[in-house]
Amino acid sequence: MTFIRKTLTSSIAIAATTLMASGAQADMSDNEVRIGYLADMSGSYRDLAGPGGLEALKMAIEDFGGSVNGVPIEVFSADDRNSADVGASTVREWLDERNVDMVSGLVASSVSLAALKVVEEKNGLAIVSGSAASSITNEHCAPTHIHWVYDTYPMANATAKAVVEQGGDSWFLLTADYAFGHAMEKDVTEVVEESGGTIVDSVRHPFPTNDFSSYILQAQGSGAKVVGLANAGADTVNAINTASQFGLVQSGQQLAGLIVFLNDIYAMGLDATQGLLLTTGWYWNMDDESREWAERYYERMGSMPGMVHAGIYSSTTHYLNTVAELGSDDPVAVRKAMAENPINDFFARNGRIREDGRMVHDMYLVKVKSPEESTHDWDLYEVLSTIPAEEAFRPLSESECKLVNN
Amino acid sequence: MMANSQTLTPSMKRQRRAGMRRYALYALLIGVGLVAPFVAYPVFLMKVLCFALFACAFNLLLGYAGLLSFGHAAFLSTGGYVTGYLLSSYPGITPELGILAGTLAGLVLGGVFGVLSIRRQGIYFAMVTLALAQLMFFVYVQAPFTGGEDGLHGVPRGDLFGVISLNSNLSMYYFVFAVFLIGFAVIQRAVHSPFGQVLKAIRENEPRAVSLGYNVDAYKLVAFIISAGLAALAGSTKTIVFQLASLTDASWHMSGEVILMTLLGGVGTLFGPALGAGLVVSLQHLLSQSPLGNWVSVVLGIIFVVCVLAFRSGIVGEINKMVRKNFK
Repeated sequence: MTFIRKTLTSSIAIAATTLMASGAQADMSDNEVRIGYLADMSGSYRDLAGPGGLEALKMAIEDFGGSVNGVPIEVFSADDRNSADVGASTVREWLDERNVDMVSGLVASSVSLAALKVVEEKNGLAIVSGSAASSITNEHCAPTHIHWVYDTYPMANATAKAVVEQGGDSWFLLTADYAFGHAMEKDVTEVVEESGGTIVDSVRHPFPTNDFSSYILQAQGSGAKVVGLANAGADTVNAINTASQFGLVQSGQQLAGLIVFLNDIYAMGLDATQGLLLTTGWYWNMDDESREWAERYYERMGSMPGMVHAGIYSSTTHYLNTVAELGSDDPVAVRKAMAENPINDFFARNGRIREDGRMVHDMYLVKVKSPEESTHDWDLYEVLSTIPAEEAFRPLSESECKLVNN
Repeated sequence: MMANSQTLTPSMKRQRRAGMRRYALYALLIGVGLVAPFVAYPVFLMKVLCFALFACAFNLLLGYAGLLSFGHAAFLSTGGYVTGYLLSSYPGITPELGILAGTLAGLVLGGVFGVLSIRRQGIYFAMVTLALAQLMFFVYVQAPFTGGEDGLHGVPRGDLFGVISLNSNLSMYYFVFAVFLIGFAVIQRAVHSPFGQVLKAIRENEPRAVSLGYNVDAYKLVAFIISAGLAALAGSTKTIVFQLASLTDASWHMSGEVILMTLLGGVGTLFGPALGAGLVVSLQHLLSQSPLGNWVSVVLGIIFVVCVLAFRSGIVGEINKMVRKNFK
């Protein structure tokens, strides 16, 4: 009964706002919907989001028709150069001077967290697509942002659980020696032990490290079945390359990358990465709908999109749909309305926005193909299983978010 | 007084006139600074001012004592982290106290770094400071209070002296402008004092300064400490402006960037570093939002190369030279 009443009131409220809005177009601030795209366009995360993400954003706008209810959509973009300063001050300027309605992109976690604080202070709206930090919707959650694509929780937990279930029950952990690595090490240790595995040994490497040979030798000497990489970015790439040179996989051990992306695998090649298990939010070759979009993207960019690119397209489309439906680009109202509709598109399956701002959707456990299995350059993953949306992400019962009543 | 002015030599008169001209220039620049926030975006101007102060502090060491420190990021970040931590964990602390604490931390750290590094000269001095700064970087990556990679966020701007709210960009700007003026005045005083003269003597010929009976090490150490303190002051102020402190400020890139700013503007000139900082920050700002965005580093690199090849004394240095040549 309460449920029905709630739905009724909320639909009446929506209908009323829509009616009011269509009556007066003035609800679109500055008579433009302004989207700011902030990402690392030149540094180490360039391939993860970068110019490709901007292209995906533009594709979403073009597919939407270039305008919302007759109001044009304008895009600003900026390179944050992986600096929290630059990112935060750019976003501050966008909100202060240009009345940007939605900030998209947001890659390096330090930049995102700094930018999100500004967005929160100014009551704007941000959709994070590139960052890994699960704290964005945990201790740093706010009613002004949504985390769209992935975070460390499913990446680490789902991979670790799946690896143990497949028989990889003794682990050696290679951890980046700073807060991010420590947090991941803790999460993975818990998951491995809960699933019945053991952590044989672990070693911490300084951040960043170029030469992984001594760590890889230690890993080989440990006798563990699985070598888990609790690090990210260039560290992961270096570790995997070194492991490949030392024949770690050939000698019977298995690598588990916790934060690895399609572009990393492409860059390292299948020889170095074959057999690697990882979790991804989306894979371009997983079904017809995804392939269709990915091929359009490929024609424009010359490379296949990763999950972040697809996520930017998906989030922008959902945002624009909501703005059109609401007839307003008021960030607070849009944020609320976005959470009321489920998200089902080529990227997100069974997606919905939780009260902490986390967009939960199905995640996928994949295995990197061997060079023999792969039929062309971008044929990199074999999808092993789907992790249902409600299981993939950190459950609300464990949340420290101030917006969640526990 | 009357008797004095009658016995002025022509060279003293010239000096006095130069001094008057300098004060007129200061007054003009302060006027520009007061009007600026109504013309440009205040947060951008504050960033320029913070980096200008940082570069001026660095220049005190390189330009006047001839010591090339490659570790000034350590002081910038120390000021930032200390202020940021105090303001976010103890809500009772007002911003000016936070800044004072940050500056003090910079002075102390400057003392420690200085004692260890001024025993060496040239490239060895640069390497020792770089190594020490990297040590600090490591500390800030690991220490729990800095937030590591994620940085320190949401530092409240608070109320100045517990009365004036700094949340408006305009009041924040005037506060930063005042801080910059204080910092600049300290440098100006130091440079134009007997202390500054001795520093220049050390820069030009250290053995001669020793033979004249100056305790060279003590002078260098004091210059190092002042420079470190002012760099920390810049860092503290910057943290309050942007409400965050991050590893960007602690990394060696920042130590390199301040060298670029100083050389571009004119090493050993008072206004050069400030101008250089303004140029570098504006370029980064403009380029990052243009289609040339990916090329910020390349453009800055080319400018640096051109600067070193074509006008080695920097923009202000070249202007000074021109003025001296043509309007003697």
